[in-house]
Amino acid sequence: MKAKDIIKNGLIKENPIWVLVLGMCPTLATTTSAINGLCMGLATTFVLMCSNVVISLLKSVVPDKVRIPCFIVVIATFVTIVQMVMQGFIPDLYASLGLFIPLIVVNCIVLGRAEAFASKNNVWHSFLDGLFIGLGFTWALTLLGIVREALGAGSFFGVNFIGGADGMLLFILAPGGFLCLGLLMALINHIRSKSKS
Amino acid sequence: MAKKAESTLKNMLLSLTLIALVASLALALVNNVTKGPIEKVNQEKVANAIKKVLPEGIEYTINADTVSVTTEKGPANVMRYTAVDAEGNTVGKAIESFDNNGFGGKLTAMVGFDAEGNISGYEILGSSETPGLGAKADKWFQKDGKGNVIGKNPANDNLTVSKDGGNVDAITGSTITSRAFCRLVATAYDAFKQEKGEQQ
Repeated sequence: MKAKDIIKNGLIKENPIWVLVLGMCPTLATTTSAINGLCMGLATTFVLMCSNVVISLLKSVVPDKVRIPCFIVVIATFVTIVQMVMQGFIPDLYASLGLFIPLIVVNCIVLGRAEAFASKNNVWHSFLDGLFIGLGFTWALTLLGIVREALGAGSFFGVNFIGGADGMLLFILAPGGFLCLGLLMALINHIRSKSKS
Repeated sequence: MAKKAESTLKNMLLSLTLIALVASLALALVNNVTKGPIEKVNQEKVANAIKKVLPEGIEYTINADTVSVTTEKGPANVMRYTAVDAEGNTVGKAIESFDNNGFGGKLTAMVGFDAEGNISGYEILGSSETPGLGAKADKWFQKDGKGNVIGKNPANDNLTVSKDGGNVDAITGSTITSRAFCRLVATAYDAFKQEKGEQQ
């Protein structure tokens, strides 16, 4: 497998949100605004990168029967590090995302990539896979956040563009999240199948 | 590719134990680095809120104590910060108050009173209210908000939502949050009235 394929896989062909449909819980919960989606994506990317590298390094010393607990310990360690660093140094971000950071541990993308990729491939490729699956997750979350924030609050990255009027609140709440996700997913897969044929 | 370790009891125990050890060591190291900043951030948050809600333009020092108040769910302790000027007169008090029954759970806010018990300001510290609805509580009850409570005195003005016969305009579509906020202010006023509490 070539590095180019891994990059393309993560960003488009096996995009965790639009194609694999993994990690839906944080996706719906944190995309109430573009900045939240972007930051959640980047935090997950960091965890994915680190855990993929470490798990790839450990793959030959971890016995098969206990591999899942080992992976989870590694992932949880990195998530806790992200959480503590964020709480100490970027408190504003922690105030809006804090609740969801611990949930990265159980994000199926992270464990999924550990199982499907890092435990079978070398360190360099695992690093690339973590980075680009993470970035694929990030751009999907950011796009979803931009759309929901624009419709729901009438702003773009916090900059209001509809004046004093109220946005369509539905899109900030959970039902609007499902609607946006479904419609965007349909649109993106339509574009993908068009460009294939 | 290197041969995979076999799943013998010894191998499993060894690998899990080692990984857990290394993980806890790494976490202990990071905790050492971030402990200080996290504490500082939390203290600053409280200090800023106190400064914001107390009356402006007066020099004061802060004395902190805890007082016990009665809430719907029984007694609880809240932090009270008393502002004292150079002559030893109380110029205001800030109370870190809370209510457990917001729309999304617990609502906490710093509520400031001047010496007479008029509300001088408030700041929401933690809430899980609905974005766009209940989350507006951070601006709604401020001086230029529609449900202004600043300058009112809980002893004379009936500070409950107008739907319950009071004088506070509830947030549109968020009566539950507004009620929680009113109870929170009442709890704060309860703490404001009390005599000296337990010194910190």
